[in-house]
Amino acid sequence: MEFRTVLTTCPYCGCGCGLLLEVLDGKLIGTLPSKTSPVNEGKLCVKGWTVHEFVSSSNRLTQPLVRNGASLEESSWQEALDLAAKRLKEIKERYGPDSIGVLTSAKCTNEENYLLQKFARAALGTNNVDHCARL
Amino acid sequence: MSAKIKEAVQTLLAQGKIKGFLGLREENGHILPHLFCDHKEMDSLSLGDDRKPGDARYPLNQILTQLAIAYPEHTFAVLVRGCDERGLKELFKWKQLKEEKVILIGLGCPDELAKACECEKPFPDSLVDGPKGEKVDSQKVARVNGMDLDARLQFWTAEFDRCIKCLGCRNVCPMCFCKECTLEEANLVDTGEVPPANPTFHLVRALHMVGRCIDCGLCEEACPADIPLRTLYKKVADIVCEEFGYKTGFSVDEKSPFNIIEVK
Repeated sequence: MEFRTVLTTCPYCGCGCGLLLEVLDGKLIGTLPSKTSPVNEGKLCVKGWTVHEFVSSSNRLTQPLVRNGASLEESSWQEALDLAAKRLKEIKERYGPDSIGVLTSAKCTNEENYLLQKFARAALGTNNVDHCARL
Repeated sequence: MSAKIKEAVQTLLAQGKIKGFLGLREENGHILPHLFCDHKEMDSLSLGDDRKPGDARYPLNQILTQLAIAYPEHTFAVLVRGCDERGLKELFKWKQLKEEKVILIGLGCPDELAKACECEKPFPDSLVDGPKGEKVDSQKVARVNGMDLDARLQFWTAEFDRCIKCLGCRNVCPMCFCKECTLEEANLVDTGEVPPANPTFHLVRALHMVGRCIDCGLCEEACPADIPLRTLYKKVADIVCEEFGYKTGFSVDEKSPFNIIEVK
């Protein structure tokens, strides 16, 4: 038997609230706000309070899905990335780079967000960069 | 850190009387709930005092309830302050925990904390360490009582108006053990609405604190909108005491008027 709490950072928005994941025998059973986190001082929003619920959700995607008409079909990463690259190239050539935009995310690291805007500006050639918080 | 509590727990562990001790530990400057199963871990014991006494308390009884569901055959010890002990007494009555499977390791609260909490009994009967402090009357409830009804309604609706419906008050509550919660019942509250209906949402929860709230104050500490929930539930407890002569969590052998289960 093992019960412990693991201090981590909320994955939802960019505030960086400290939270404790309650772990019983390797399984997540709950979330508590960290009292000693200087960011949230023992408080959380409704999303932070429920982060343990999605971690082992059966609805999570485990591999890329490629749209084929009305349905989504499972594919390999290689296949999905090749398709995305091919279609982005086609769209850029046909309609111009400003026909494409990218949405970054608070759930990513700063570095990943940097990479995405770099990809948008340097590879795609557009300044159409926005953020998931405005979705 | 308390040498007395450490020693009491180490003895229980060494004698095999408990499977583990549910308390708090300090790690990298943070205070976290932890189940101590090995006496060697006890050096990291914390009593929940970070910058001020008792400012890093956690709902240990809520965790204990979950441990008891997973391991009903085992006995656990748990760190309790006066409020936590009151909570356990009610949880025993409501059949959420078995009294014979829980050993209380009591910690008395210093005056500073008792005053901040306006605590009715800032020490547990199962006192192992800490002071046996004096009862503190609630100035905050007295202030609300001093308002006329219109002013009181205005006060509470203004406070509730800041609610963002994080449900933290319910989530952190060691006495909220229902499997189905009224706050998620579409026939009783507007479940899809944010902010929640004012004052219905908070008054529904206040009603459900009748005979349950043991005044630990974790709800108020968890509230991102700084709603004085503790004052609200203290008032609820006062009404329960006036109307039913029942003080929530103060006895183990008195039947709760809100529970059909007979005790002992």
